[in-house]
Amino acid sequence: MSLLQVKNLRVEFPTRRGTLVALDDVSFDIAPGEVLGVVGESGAGKSMTGAAIIGLLEPPGRIAGGQILLEGKRIDNLPYEQMRRIRGRQIGAIFQDPLTTLNPLYTIGRQLIETMTTHLPIGPGEAREKAIGWLEHVGIPAARERIDSYPHEFSGGMRQRVVIALALCAEPKLIVADEPTTALDVSIQAQVIAMLKTLAREKGTAMMLVTHDMGVIAETADRVAVMYAGRISEIGPVRELVRHARHPYSKGLMDSIPPLDRRVERLQQIDGSMPRLSAIPKGCPYNTRCPRVFDRCYVERPELLDAGTTRAACWLYAEGAPQGASV
Amino acid sequence: MFSFVVSRILQALPVMFVVSLISFAMFAYVGDPVSIMLGQDFTEAQRTALVHDLGLDQPFFIQFATFVGNALQGEFGLSYRLSRPVAELIADRAPATLELAVCAAFIALAVGVPLGVYTGIFRHSWLSRFFLTFSLIGVSLPTFLIGILLILTFSVWLGWLPSFGRGDVVQIGWWSTGFLTWSGIKAMILPAITLGLFQLTLIMRLVRSEMMEVLRSDYIKFARARGLSNRSVYFGHALKNTLVPVITIAGLQLGSIIAFAIVTETVFQWPGMGLLFIQSVGAADIPVMAAYLMLIAAVFVTINLVVDLLYYAVDPRLRVGRGGH
Repeated sequence: MSLLQVKNLRVEFPTRRGTLVALDDVSFDIAPGEVLGVVGESGAGKSMTGAAIIGLLEPPGRIAGGQILLEGKRIDNLPYEQMRRIRGRQIGAIFQDPLTTLNPLYTIGRQLIETMTTHLPIGPGEAREKAIGWLEHVGIPAARERIDSYPHEFSGGMRQRVVIALALCAEPKLIVADEPTTALDVSIQAQVIAMLKTLAREKGTAMMLVTHDMGVIAETADRVAVMYAGRISEIGPVRELVRHARHPYSKGLMDSIPPLDRRVERLQQIDGSMPRLSAIPKGCPYNTRCPRVFDRCYVERPELLDAGTTRAACWLYAEGAPQGASV
Repeated sequence: MFSFVVSRILQALPVMFVVSLISFAMFAYVGDPVSIMLGQDFTEAQRTALVHDLGLDQPFFIQFATFVGNALQGEFGLSYRLSRPVAELIADRAPATLELAVCAAFIALAVGVPLGVYTGIFRHSWLSRFFLTFSLIGVSLPTFLIGILLILTFSVWLGWLPSFGRGDVVQIGWWSTGFLTWSGIKAMILPAITLGLFQLTLIMRLVRSEMMEVLRSDYIKFARARGLSNRSVYFGHALKNTLVPVITIAGLQLGSIIAFAIVTETVFQWPGMGLLFIQSVGAADIPVMAAYLMLIAAVFVTINLVVDLLYYAVDPRLRVGRGGH
């Protein structure tokens, strides 16, 4: 059984000028121990999906439809207090900027101990020993001496390691990692990702890895979901999606990554920009930029369709598509 | 740590010097104490003798130097009006003002901080709106009007509380306290509320805006994402991060509560330093006024020092080097 199931999730933001649909009909599963990468442009709804799963959508955003199930039980409609017990204990979260995610006034040890004693049946003394263990796990040198240091006494990369220890310390089954390396130096990114991947594998923790860095996805994820304008446009195994993307948008995305093995005169780019939430066109949301658009794309909205090894929300993979569709 | 305190005290010396110079210079022009002391009938010889006795025939800087020299020895001279040592007069009156100020500050903090936290968390509840409206009244009504309204309500109409004075006081050494008698406590209530109300609303609004700011921060989001209890998120992680600005303002406000208790003390005929100051102004009693201003300057300097030390206690980022202080 899947660890996490997201079914037809819809998130709305009521505003003065009408309701904006930030996520529309988003569905995917994550199996135990699996790493699902989520990619897309800024504003595509990647982080929003993560926030909805941990139950911390920023008001006035709200889940307006669909379900989120953790081990078969619905968690999207739980009261705050019950959801609080799940956060940290069952679903951990890692945020983007390690410089701002740690409370500057408390030692990292205190933050770790507080998190563990909140969720696990252990006392402060035992929690302290475990905290030292976690700091060693995430690669903090001299963990025993540094546990009583404050966040500002660590570098950015070290702080993100502390954040990862905090997210993992109550041993959740799922980690929602929202751009965990974006704010780090490039030289540190690979180390932190490798460490995160190893730890997740050791503990059997599943991960939803939100990023716009395809390199990170290719290296870490088992499967990838590509998001566009609040919807999933393609989802499938990482190898397939990187090499043979089916949806024209994912293909554009992959073509815009500079290849290392050959010279190219010009990088491919996708013309135009993603529509604002208030101006998503009728039919396929990509129809304003798609090089292979045809009649049906302006009328009907595509569901996720079988496109060989992946599933793509594109009419090219429906019956009766124009000739030469299956690339 | 020690060197920090010493350097702050050294910095305070020029401040005190300038304050004494300004106040002394100012008071040379507020009125003629000699004619007030002599009354209607006097001879020119009497006048000259008194001027000479008071040292008022000396050049200004000699007068000032004498004043500073004496002040350094804790000697502020005799009050022109009451013919008693100024230090004694102030020591007599200080307990009343300090007790009032401490009560007012306590009310302001004990009510202002929780209200600020509440209105910061539940921004849109009707109770928050009520508190905010109420705080607007506190900020906008002048102190004397609040005092008079309270007297009207609780003393005149309801007759529950006394309208003036300190009630019975108990003498403990040189300190006279109103806390140990029932009438002293009852007499404290209205003046303390009057004096503290403005600070209360100020602190409440400050804590509220700081809370709203902090609750939006990433570390609060991360604390929630780790499933910490609301209590820990609000009162542990959020409130502590609002403390630095709150300590600054609360400290300065305590200074102004002591310094500007004058209005409240006048309304309630509270026998404190403020009332003494006002009476001294009427009589051009320069030694008392100068000593009072010096004392207030010293209070502000001390409070600023304490505030700086509290920063260090609250915010580890300010401590230099590892291990802090």
